[in-house]
Amino acid sequence: MNFKRQFREGLLTKNPVTVQLLGMCSTLAITTSLFNGIGMGLAVTAILTCSNILIAALRNFIPSQIRIAAYITIIAGFVTVVDLLLKAFIPALSQSLGVFIPLIVVNCIILGRAEGFASKNTVLASAVDGICQGIGYTLALVIMCVIRELLGSGTFGGGLLNGGEGIRLIPSQFPAMQMVMPVGGFLTLGFVIAGSQWLMKHLDIKNKKKEAAK
Amino acid sequence: MEAIFGILISALLTQNFILVKFYGICPFMGVSKKIDTALGMGLAVTFVMALASAACYGINLILIALNLEYMQTVVFILAIASIVQVVEMFLKKSVPALYKALGVFLPLITTNCAVLGVVLVNVQQGYNFLLSTINGAAGGLGFTLAIVLFASIRERVNRSECPECFKGFPIALIAAGLLALSFMGFSGLSIF
Repeated sequence: MNFKRQFREGLLTKNPVTVQLLGMCSTLAITTSLFNGIGMGLAVTAILTCSNILIAALRNFIPSQIRIAAYITIIAGFVTVVDLLLKAFIPALSQSLGVFIPLIVVNCIILGRAEGFASKNTVLASAVDGICQGIGYTLALVIMCVIRELLGSGTFGGGLLNGGEGIRLIPSQFPAMQMVMPVGGFLTLGFVIAGSQWLMKHLDIKNKKKEAAK
Repeated sequence: MEAIFGILISALLTQNFILVKFYGICPFMGVSKKIDTALGMGLAVTFVMALASAACYGINLILIALNLEYMQTVVFILAIASIVQVVEMFLKKSVPALYKALGVFLPLITTNCAVLGVVLVNVQQGYNFLLSTINGAAGGLGFTLAIVLFASIRERVNRSECPECFKGFPIALIAAGLLALSFMGFSGLSIF
């Protein structure tokens, strides 16, 4: 397996959020502060990697007729573990993500990678795939968070830096509250996906020019 | 009575499942290219949500009796998957026309976060059997309302011109954003 290619795919060319368009619910709902974004990203990365490893290890034992039910049970098990761990050790994160932690069960990224990758590949490749896709997801969340938090509350690193208040970059009378509300979620994701499409096209043209020069 | 009315208004308008709470965005984006399929999907989801809310209320009672509350997520998702399976078999046998129209979208309802979401919210809010079922059905109707409205907007958006990199998904998301903005107007209705 080509790990470098997997990494590139997870981060940009097959990014779960901006290209595969999976896991939209959590992407839109919780990206209101950097703390939420990083927390959610890491939780999903951990669950995705664990479930990818287990599903890849069991791929020759699970009968194909009941595979979806089996995958969901495995995923739900790991989600419950993470949910309980967060409740015990990082209650603030658990509080602010709320119902979206148990909802990771139905996050299509995890089931999508189980069905599309882990069920056909070795344990090692699936583990790397889980980590790379997870990082890609976290990256997309963090970009969304930074934009929405800056425009919506005028701060950076809310929940993490400066005693949880974040560093204020825009005076408090200016930011548009709408950006941390549902409207802002849709608009920001639209612009982020458009940006990534533009970037990929740009890189494509550059690569072609390079090849032509050769 | 007041509680029921409050749940109806909030699930349909002020706390719309898709446009305010962000449950079920995947089918909202995926199945909204045509009004007919959007309507069919919405009604199927409404049915499953009401059924799942009712069933999971009972299941939760059993879990509490057994002191197994921490298994909620696992048990609920399995219950939802089997309900979807039963609905699928039932439709295939008795309403084949609707079954054909819904096609591949039926099994996908399992991974619709609106269904698991409404069940978890019911448990968190401590709704009784009647309120849980009504919340499920009303949430489903809110989902239907949003997806049908969005499908009709999207049919027009797809025919109009826009910058190259916004084509397809991004412009649809921005349209959804504007729809969400208009739903913000309902927040003044808030009863709670």
